[in-house]
Amino acid sequence: MTNFPLLSTLIWLPILGSVGLLLIGNRSVMTVKWIAMIISVVSLLLCIPLWCGFDTTNAQYQFTEFMSWIPSYNINYALGVDGLSLLMVVLTTLTTFVILLASWNGKQHNSAQFFATFLLAQGMMIGVFAATDTILFYLFWEAMLIPVYLNLGMWGKENRAAASIKYFIYTFTGSALMLVAILYLAANAHSFEMSDLWAFKMSRELQDLIFIAFALAFIVKIPMWPFHTWLPDVHSESPSGGSVVAAALMLKLGVYGFLRFNLPITPNVSEFLIWGMIILSLIAIVYIGIIAIVQTDMKRLIAYSSIAHMGFAVLGTFMIYIIVSSTGNIQNAYLSLEGAMMQMVSHSFSTGALFIGVALLSDRLNSSMIKDYSGLAHKLPLFAVLMMIFALSNVGLPGTSGFVGEFMIILSSFRANFWVTFLASSTLIIGASYTLWMYKRVFFGQVTSEKIATIQPLHKTETAALVILAALVLFFGVYPEPLLNVFHASVSNLLSQALAVKTI
Amino acid sequence: MQIMILAIILAPLVGATISGVFGRVIGRVGAHLITILGMLISFTFAVIVFHDIVILGMPGINVNLYSWVMSGGLEFNVGFLVDNLSAVMMVVVTFVSLLVHVYSIGYMRGDAGYQRFFSYISLFTFAMLMLVTANNFFQLFFGWEGVGLVSYLLIGFWFDRESANFGSLKAFIVNRVGDFGFILGIGAVLTFFGSVDFSQVFAQAPQLAANGVSISIFGGSSWSIVTVICILLFIGAMGKSAQMPLHIWLPESMEGPTPISALIHAATMVTAGVYMLARLSPLYELSASALSFILIIGATTALFTGILGVVQNDIKRVVAYSTLSQLGYMVAAMGASAFTAGIFHLVTHAAFKALLFLSAGSVIIAMHHEQDMRKMGGLRRYLPVTYVCFLIGALALAAIPPFSGFYSKDAIIEAVKNSTVDGAGYAYVALLIGAFVTALYIFRAFFMTFHTKEKMDPSARAHLHEDTWVVWLPLILLAIPALFIGIIWAKPMLYEANGLLGNAVVNTPGDYVGVWTMALDALSSLPFWLATAGIVTAWLAVIQCPNILGFFTKHFRWVYFVLVKKYGFDDFNQWFFVNGTRRLGNILYKVADLEIIDDGLVNGTAKLIRWCSLALKRMQTGYLYHYALAMIIGVIAFVLWQVLAG
Repeated sequence: MTNFPLLSTLIWLPILGSVGLLLIGNRSVMTVKWIAMIISVVSLLLCIPLWCGFDTTNAQYQFTEFMSWIPSYNINYALGVDGLSLLMVVLTTLTTFVILLASWNGKQHNSAQFFATFLLAQGMMIGVFAATDTILFYLFWEAMLIPVYLNLGMWGKENRAAASIKYFIYTFTGSALMLVAILYLAANAHSFEMSDLWAFKMSRELQDLIFIAFALAFIVKIPMWPFHTWLPDVHSESPSGGSVVAAALMLKLGVYGFLRFNLPITPNVSEFLIWGMIILSLIAIVYIGIIAIVQTDMKRLIAYSSIAHMGFAVLGTFMIYIIVSSTGNIQNAYLSLEGAMMQMVSHSFSTGALFIGVALLSDRLNSSMIKDYSGLAHKLPLFAVLMMIFALSNVGLPGTSGFVGEFMIILSSFRANFWVTFLASSTLIIGASYTLWMYKRVFFGQVTSEKIATIQPLHKTETAALVILAALVLFFGVYPEPLLNVFHASVSNLLSQALAVKTI
Repeated sequence: MQIMILAIILAPLVGATISGVFGRVIGRVGAHLITILGMLISFTFAVIVFHDIVILGMPGINVNLYSWVMSGGLEFNVGFLVDNLSAVMMVVVTFVSLLVHVYSIGYMRGDAGYQRFFSYISLFTFAMLMLVTANNFFQLFFGWEGVGLVSYLLIGFWFDRESANFGSLKAFIVNRVGDFGFILGIGAVLTFFGSVDFSQVFAQAPQLAANGVSISIFGGSSWSIVTVICILLFIGAMGKSAQMPLHIWLPESMEGPTPISALIHAATMVTAGVYMLARLSPLYELSASALSFILIIGATTALFTGILGVVQNDIKRVVAYSTLSQLGYMVAAMGASAFTAGIFHLVTHAAFKALLFLSAGSVIIAMHHEQDMRKMGGLRRYLPVTYVCFLIGALALAAIPPFSGFYSKDAIIEAVKNSTVDGAGYAYVALLIGAFVTALYIFRAFFMTFHTKEKMDPSARAHLHEDTWVVWLPLILLAIPALFIGIIWAKPMLYEANGLLGNAVVNTPGDYVGVWTMALDALSSLPFWLATAGIVTAWLAVIQCPNILGFFTKHFRWVYFVLVKKYGFDDFNQWFFVNGTRRLGNILYKVADLEIIDDGLVNGTAKLIRWCSLALKRMQTGYLYHYALAMIIGVIAFVLWQVLAG
């Protein structure tokens, strides 16, 4: 078992599986679904040895695999996970499983292709997280666009064409800058290996440029203001599972990118740019939050809320510089960066679950407009309870996972700057306003329409998907330490890289 | 003992989970049996712990159960601090909660959400117990938000009523405004103390205050850090304990079922802010400015919300405004450093206010959920037990000796009188007038409900009777402490250096003269006569000459208008915060997001590229003479450039 290529299996099993699904085609929908499900479950099972075999005290890449790929340019097929990427790999596998459960009873055409996009996305995502060679990383990063683009373009709502083009061109443009940065670095460091790029030293001016090139790619992906307008469009047009992939997984790539590239490669970037990132995060929290309040479409509302929550993750990521420079103690930065990680994980659970919930509703009533709903709690009490848990996690209530990251980031930022904390904390009020106001209008009140009175109850698989997520939200809300324990060592390593002097 | 404390806290949680998750399986009887069993366990152990720690004087415990988060040398733990203060609070919380559970069997009978209701109130008790046993700020915040959540769920319990949904959302968001300050306060604590554990914070606080560490928030002016922390945390308390201007949610909370108004919005949750101030008394003692701020806010709330109670016609709302006012008294006590008096009032208030609420609930059941006092009257003939109980509660509230409220409220007024912090003079006057107002509104309600002519429909009158024992037994069990607890606890609470609260709160006992001497002395004191005047005024206005009211509303219309509008807080908030935010959101969304960013920048870029390519396309005409012309122009331009440059 020790030499078993776990990571490769996790990447290629779903990708090959999706090819299999396409070959089988739409002759038997049940076969297709079961194959997709079995692949997903096997991937999930494979995560167990990965999780258990991982040495949490070690910050180095583990489960490494290495094959020469393009020797003339020293490009390799190199894989490995540290605490940060391990968590993201497991999260990806788990989320895909939940998505398949929730989509089990969906009534889309071309089921084989539909399920294939999810498996494809899963494989590509794991590839992004496990790659330690930057070209391999870039390859998976761009390939990731394909399944999402297809999913949106094929099974989306009326304006899917416009939304998918917007999404594709937007993110593609951002990534092009990242490629330029990678190529420049590799040409000078004579290696595409991530750790070699980390060790590469540059002047401050050059670090600024490299920082901007990477940051633009990631800002678009997360997305951050003012590059965020593609996200609500994509979400409101996406089919049921598609928005979950986008929200729960794809957005994480952006923050992951910051952690892998910006922090360790350009640690001495000018303070102006750091503050720029912090201000953009605060804009996400306050401005985007206020916009979320007035949304009339649930999908758009959750999309804006998602941007606001990712703002917290970015805030926690970049506050480390301000915290360390104002207190002079690296120890103080841990809380902030680990908070950012927690925020990403929790965002996957609660935003993913909220999107699943809305998708289930719009499958039934063919609308995601808030005004078309009222008094759902009368008809779907269990669903109402589950959605309440996710709403509360979205609000950041203690006892749910949504609280953990926000609490850590808010508390740690106080050390550095009162006003940053002040603005970030406003999410306590703004987040509660948009989330619970929406919940009130959708679930409370009286049943007003015939459609709601006769709404179809949840399928067992749909309930199961939501129950799994709710259990995770509650468990990690009450006891997040096991999760943090996975990446303590890696965060420590990352911080020492991110706060090192790498100038020439 | 540790096991016992765990049982106290977890028994309600287990009950809540079973009744919530398996409600349909165990049925209505199963739901109330299991939750009441949980509460019985909880209450019994709470009494034992109280006996051990407070009576036998065993040392309190302060343990950590597990680490919630460890990060960069910081630890956030879940643990328990049980000392005299927590022991007293646990008894109060579990006692009232147990009685409310029993009472709810009667009050909620026939409600579709029976199991859900029992699950919620047990869950609430769990969260409240977490709050009062917290040994650090993180857990305090956990309990703090937990009780807020259940309060939100219970106010909106009847979720098909628009008013209930409005009230619950309002309560949650206003509380969140307070929590906003609270979390900033915790951030400040962590920053300057490097820990969120109470014991460490208290140990370091004097040093920090002595060093005069300050923080500059607004430009040049610098603030003492202890003051900043105290005020930020107090903003949290203002939300939870409904102090002006964050009091606006409490009247709306009356949309919930009456038992929870008694438990959550009178006896326990709303006193969380007061509890917190007492718990953190070693910190607050170090900042005179914070105490002065607290005193002024508390006294203002005590007086002005009390006045609003005078014009209410809904029996529950009268009691709700009285809660606001009494919370003001407790907070004012904290501001005057009379922490023991404040906690004592918390305890007596828990008894008599729960009694008043449950009595009001008993009236409401008898009246078939009619809450308007103008449609009641003469109920003493039909509801004798309720009548006596309400009277006991009212006398305790009005602070008539020797009822419980007298001892605690008198101590507060005395402490404020002797206080030397800024604003103490104003606070003293406000609390004195408050004593008159308190007696006035509660006896107005008492006379309107139980005396005067019967104003209900004949059909309603035919069904008027006391409910079963599950309703009146809790009333009697609450009437006992409302009557006697003042006499029994006045000495150990207020006048012993190491009394009921031990050294859990900062404590400067005065000279003890004996409970009966105190009661006799009251006969020659100002508060007593003001309260009596209040009762007489109510009697005159309601029974003797009801026309006074008409005269008043006619000739002092504007006063009446201001009071009915509740000083305009609600309208202002609706206009400024709610509609203002929505308007801002719409502008940001429609103008900034859709017009400028999306249409302008994003689609604008696309349009620009499209336009460029169209322009380029036009140049590719395919006609030879167009290209020839372009070449000639180019050659001429090149030659000219060479000549001119050369």
